[in-house]
Formats: sequence, C-alpha cells, structure tokens
Amino acid sequence: MAVTSEVSQDGTVLVITITGRFDFGAHQDFRNAYERVNAKPERYEVNLGEATYLDSSALGMLLLLRDHAGGESAKVKLTNSSADVGKILAISNFDKLFEIEKPGHNG
Amino acid sequence: MANAERPALSVLIADDNMTDRMLLAGIVRRQGHHVLQAGNGQEAVKVFELMRPQLVLLDAMMPVMDGFEAARQIKAIAGDELVPIIFLTSLAEEEALVRCVEAGGDDFLAKPYNHVVLGAKITAMERVRRLQATVLEQRDLLARHHGHLLNEQRVAKAVFDQVAHSGCLSAANIRYLQSPYALFNGDLLLAAYTPSGDMHVMLGDFTGHGLPAAVGAMPLAEVFYGMAAKGYGLGETLREMNAKLKRILPVDMFCCATLLNVSARRRVLEVWNGGMPDGYLQPLAGQRLLLPSRHLPLGILQRPAFDATLETFAFNPGDRVFLLSDGVIDTANADDQLFGTQRLQSVFDHNKDPRRLFEDIREALSDFRGESRDDVSMVQIEATAPGSLPASGLIFSDSGQLTPMDWSVCFEFRGQTLRRYNPLPFLLQLLLEVQGLRDQSGALYTVLTELYSNALEHGVLGLDSALKKDGEGFTRYYALRQQRLEALEQGLVSVGLEIQPLPEGGGRLCIRVSDSGSGFDVAAKARGGDNAYAGRGIRLIRELSRHAEWADDGRSARVEFTWASQA
Repeated sequence: MAVTSEVSQDGTVLVITITGRFDFGAHQDFRNAYERVNAKPERYEVNLGEATYLDSSALGMLLLLRDHAGGESAKVKLTNSSADVGKILAISNFDKLFEIEKPGHNG
Repeated sequence: MANAERPALSVLIADDNMTDRMLLAGIVRRQGHHVLQAGNGQEAVKVFELMRPQLVLLDAMMPVMDGFEAARQIKAIAGDELVPIIFLTSLAEEEALVRCVEAGGDDFLAKPYNHVVLGAKITAMERVRRLQATVLEQRDLLARHHGHLLNEQRVAKAVFDQVAHSGCLSAANIRYLQSPYALFNGDLLLAAYTPSGDMHVMLGDFTGHGLPAAVGAMPLAEVFYGMAAKGYGLGETLREMNAKLKRILPVDMFCCATLLNVSARRRVLEVWNGGMPDGYLQPLAGQRLLLPSRHLPLGILQRPAFDATLETFAFNPGDRVFLLSDGVIDTANADDQLFGTQRLQSVFDHNKDPRRLFEDIREALSDFRGESRDDVSMVQIEATAPGSLPASGLIFSDSGQLTPMDWSVCFEFRGQTLRRYNPLPFLLQLLLEVQGLRDQSGALYTVLTELYSNALEHGVLGLDSALKKDGEGFTRYYALRQQRLEALEQGLVSVGLEIQPLPEGGGRLCIRVSDSGSGFDVAAKARGGDNAYAGRGIRLIRELSRHAEWADDGRSARVEFTWASQA
C-alpha cells in the first residue's frame, strides 16, 4: 500500500494516487495526502488505477476527503478504478457522491 | 571498576572447589553485586529456591548433584522468568558445551576466569533478563486488558441483546445465521412485527469493527423497534435511522443495510438496499430475482437528499427472500480469488432443501477456502399465509385510569400531506389513549391501514387493484402508485374518530374515512373472485371490526369497534 499526492502546476487540482490495498492501513497516509498540502485545491482526484482492493474503511476515508473538500459542494473525482474496485463503489452507490471516471480508452 | 549505572544483582555461585569459588566471588563482588554461594548442585537449587538470585554461575562438575541437573531444576523453578545460568567450565570438548546449553545454560565461562569477560557476560545476561521481564510484564498486562475487553464485550452484548430480543427473529418463518459476536464485527440483524402483522427485517453492516460498530448499532436498534411497534412504515423508519446515524456518527462511519417489509396480509415484499450485497427473492415457482443495492448506505446523506424509495415485489406463501453479509462473497481462497456471486448463485441452483441453504453455503465456502468461517451473517424469510396479529409491542406506563371516554375528532389530510406523511402511527397513538382499545391494537391498526390505503390508492390516486392480477401488474401498480403520489396536488382523505361510552359499560369507537376520489363498487370488490390481489382489504376490515359499511359509492367508509367494561 502506498499513497502519493501531487498538486497540479496551476495549483487547482490535487491528485492522490493509491497503490495496492486501500484499507485502514492507509488511513494516516491518505489523510496526510490532503491535509498536509499548502495549496487549497479547487478539485480533488483520487486515482485508483493501481489500487487492488478497497474496503469499507477506504469508503469511509473517501467520505472524509469529501467532507474536507467541502461536503455537498466538494469536487472529488475517482478515476481509473479496476472492475473489482468499481464494483465496490457501485454497490455502495458512491456515484451519487463522487464523479466516477471509468478507465479511459487507453486503459 | 565500580559501576554506578549498573544495578547490583544477586548472583549465586556454585562450585565445589572453594578456592575457585572464593576467587570468583571476589571478582563478582568487586563489580558491585551481591554474592550467594553453594558447594554443590543440590545446595545451589536450595539456595536458589530460598533467595531467588537473578543470575547463576554453575560449575559443571560437582559432587552430590552436578551442574547440568541443577540447571534443569533451577530453570524449572524459575518458570517463565528468565534466570540466566552461566556454566563455569574447564571442559573444552564441544560435546560438553552442548550439554550445558541443553541443560538450560545460557552461556559459559572458561576457567581460568577473566574478570573483564565475566563482567561483560553479566551485563549482557542482565540485559536479556530485563528484556524477558519486560516481555512478561507486557504479556500479563495484555492478558489483563484482553480480559477486560472480553468482559466489556460480554456486558455490552448482554445489554444489546435486551434491546435486540424485543424483536421477532425467533418467528417460525425466519431462519438466520450469525456469529454470537457479530455485533462486534459490525453486523446487525433485527426483525420486528408492526401492529398490523407486517414484519420489518434489517440486515446491517457498520464500517469498522469492535466497539465503534457496536455503539452505532444500539440507537439504530432502538429506532427500528420503536418505530415498527408504533406502526411506522419502512420508509419513515429508514429516514429516521439515516438522520440519527448522520447526526451521531463520524464522517467516515456509515452503515450498509438492507431493510425489508414482509406483509403476509398484502402478499408484498418491500425492499430497500443501501450498500449491501444483492439480496435474492426466490418465488415458489419462477425465476430468482436480485435485490441489488440502489442507495447509499445509512448515515451518509443529509435528510433532504436521502432516498427512502422502496421496491415492491409480490410475495406469496412459499416465496423466500434471502439476505447475506459481504463476508460470503468476499471470502478469499489461498490464491486471493474471491468466492463471488457466481459461486453463490450456483449454490442456490444446486440447493434442494431450502432449510439446508445456509449449510450448503457454508460448505461451499469452506470447500472454497479450505477452512470454515463463522463471521458471516445470513437470513432467510419465507412468506406465510397471514396469521393471527401479534400482540402490541408497545408498553404503556400509565395505569389507564384516565382514559378519555367521550370525544370525537376529525382530520383532513390534503395533497401535500398525503404525498409525504403517514398519519397512521399518529392516529393509532391517539386511539391507544383509550385503554379498552389497547387489546385490539393490532386489529385496529390493520383496519386503519386498510381504510387509509383504500382511500388513498383507490380513491385519491384512482388506482385499480385489478392491476395486481399478476406479478408484473403488481410491480406496475406500485410504480404507478409512487408516480401518482409524487405528482399529487389535489385530493383529500378525511378521518373521523368518535369514542363513546356504552350504557352497559365499555365503549364504542366509530371510524369514518372518506376521500375525494370517484368511488368504487364495494359489493363487487368484496366478492374479489379469483383475483388474489384485490378485494382482500375489504374482507379483512369486515372480519376484524364489529361492523363495517360503505356509503357514497364507496367514497365513505364507517367502521365500528366495541369493547366491554374492564374490571
């Protein structure tokens, strides 16, 4: 499990990338990824392309991020989720809270 | 070299050669330790028992009892505590050194003694001894904490069981499987009758484990049972649960849940699934239907955004509904493959005896991953023919002496109210102020429900119950109901209640329900004919009340209940 984050050049987007299992073990790293940035991004993107697994505490962490990013007005996009990860997001109907972008044509 | 930082140890030296012993004792003393002495193995064991030194220096070859045997006995007496034993030996042969270690020796020191080496060895041994002592201390501390935790869980579970047992999980048509400590896995299974004999069932799964999950379960169960007993519909219970969890839970905690309303009387199954795996509806004859997650879990959305829309299915005697926790399909085998829904469905397909379904699933799981697991929750409910109504789940704290006995009220519920509000629990609460009616609360609630839904569905919404002639029409009926209700602007249902004492004691309740609809042919409805879905309501009202009549082309119903005087 690894969490990395990167602010876009213009400082408006924070991209958080999860590698491996996204579960409670990632809790602190995931929070650090958006709490310890100096910029105040307008949008957030969580890249799940390299995430192999996602459990309910990871869903909870996504809710925390959404809350941090402004709750109802938050702009958080979940990208590149694999079929398995996508299924978990779908069961929880997280598409009602987050913009979920399926892997693109190059994926 | 005196060593202030090094703590003084008590060191036992056992050697039959007094010169050697005195020499060694001198060295050890000079290093700041206390010395105890023994002339052979047996004496060494005795001194050890009495004085409990922290370190033992043992000559291997001694009369009466040799060092090897003494080491064995000292280690046995010391038990878990580490008492380092250093063998004093002139034995050079490897085999003898091996024997020293086998007998429990931790190190050895060759004669003649070098005080620098001895000092270093004592220091090293003391370090190991303290490490071991710390480990033991922490082990005991952990064991104590674990004991506390188990005890707290036991108490919490006992309290929770008091809440959970007010339900009807023991009903004959429910089968369920749950680990006794499921509560601490975040799993929650609740079932309760409503006053009209419908059954509400909830299978929930909190994020997280342990105490936080259990803490969230408690208020949820209270809401579930309280509202079911008062006759609230599933949608209202859902909204209340969601609002409560949203209020009390931290942002990253929520509760996936499937809720069911099983109505034997209406032969209907209502389903709400937020974040749980697919449920399954298996009709007695016909295709298995999926009950997939359509909603966000409970405790995430704010009140206005929360969607309590239920899906409605026909549910006839012999039909079964099955729910399960994610533990089943998420079970992984050694190759990290998941059990998945395909395998689950195949278990369904091969299941011959519905009563053995759980066992079949558990067997398939244990075949799949090579060991069984006991942390999955499953529940199966079979549709039954409507039976007798359950006793009221409400507990009254008043004595009933202050019963209001001569009054009437009339309510008019108009467009916007009809769209959103269910007045039945409120009306029932009002009527149960009258003590004489409390014994009949089930019948009362059923009749009120029938009268109200007739007025609303057939009257105000103009729905034709003939539509419910088959499963498909049935689904269409409820979709249409939802659609028309949402678009409702006009229309009203009026409910009048009148309580009068009777001269011979006891009293009479008269319920009048009328609506703004276009009326219907009561006689034709009541005959019902072959149509299993229509007309049952009217027959039921007639059966449960003392007297029922319709006027104004079915637009107005008048129903009577009476009760005898109570001693």
